Amino acid sequence: MSMDGTPMVGIVGSGVMGVGTAQSLVQSGHDVVMVDLNQEILDRAAAELARNMRLSRLLAKPGQEQAVPTAGKVSYAVEYDALAPVDFVIENITEKWELKKDLYPVLDEVCRAEVCFAANTSCTSITRLGSLTARPAQVIGMHFMNPVPLKPAVEVIMGHHTSADTLDTAKDLLASMGKEAIVVNDSPGFVSNRVLMPTINEAIYLVQEQVASPAEIDRLFERCFGHAMGPLQTADLIGVDTILHSLEVLYEDFNDSKYRPCPLLRRMVDAGLHGRKTGQGFFTYQT
Amino acid sequence: MTTEQITSAIREFILGRYPELELRDDEDIFRLGFVNSLFAMELVLFIESHFQLSIPNEELALDGFRTVDAMAALVERTATSGVAAKG
Repeated sequence: MSMDGTPMVGIVGSGVMGVGTAQSLVQSGHDVVMVDLNQEILDRAAAELARNMRLSRLLAKPGQEQAVPTAGKVSYAVEYDALAPVDFVIENITEKWELKKDLYPVLDEVCRAEVCFAANTSCTSITRLGSLTARPAQVIGMHFMNPVPLKPAVEVIMGHHTSADTLDTAKDLLASMGKEAIVVNDSPGFVSNRVLMPTINEAIYLVQEQVASPAEIDRLFERCFGHAMGPLQTADLIGVDTILHSLEVLYEDFNDSKYRPCPLLRRMVDAGLHGRKTGQGFFTYQT
Repeated sequence: MTTEQITSAIREFILGRYPELELRDDEDIFRLGFVNSLFAMELVLFIESHFQLSIPNEELALDGFRTVDAMAALVERTATSGVAAKG
């Protein structure tokens, strides 16, 4: 905890979501400890964070630009022991059960007993993650959306054992970041992915069947429904590979063919067309 | 590089993403409703990599990226101050 009582937050996993969450925390005055597998990954995350902080000036209100980069600080570590002083942990590692399974018992060991763990996940069962620790009441889901600093709300997921106190702690942290918690119960894909993933999948079928081009499909959603971004630009932003993975998880969890991934989606992933992060998905990007 | 070359490179980049756009160089791309804040960030990255310059932090405001003309002016300003700094 910092001098003024602002919780210090541990971020495990420094990919796009980890960096975005760290940026949001730093910009709201929190100290952050970021942990990942090796120094190279952390260096890349630090560079990305610096770049995004700089670019965030674009969207800052006039007069507030200077306050941003100095408001908090981030330390980087490859050892989980570095999480010993943190007051809250947000886990952002790859959405693979084998990796999460090994991580949570380690977090349980290095973090103080009162620390809560939030899984920044769009599909992993919070109840199941809680079962990996001796503190299931203190495990909660925080499904941040990309880009984290620009999103005003977070899908917060209650696991079977998650306590009201943990929810309050999570809500307080999010409020300090200027974000609203929208609380839902644990279920595969929660609410957002359960609706969004089949929507994107269906849009990809439309491209595959040449009913419309990606630009036309997205324009319908943007111009007619008033969405900020159509389903295919959204897929590119989330990561085409992540979309496939999320659909596979839904398919497996529900055993329902309505989540069957479109063959074009699979081909794009195999071809390395992963969206914004690789410069090419349904659209082309500057990387 | 001439102003015309700069504006056409910027216009080409924008139209590459929004091919259906009929864009005048003095038109506010944000007001047209197509462009979101993420694209504004891409514009910064494009300008910096394409023209091989680093936009000073104090120039990082949406107003500098509203029109093709404004961006071209920004490129020319930044390029000139870069030369001056080196000299």
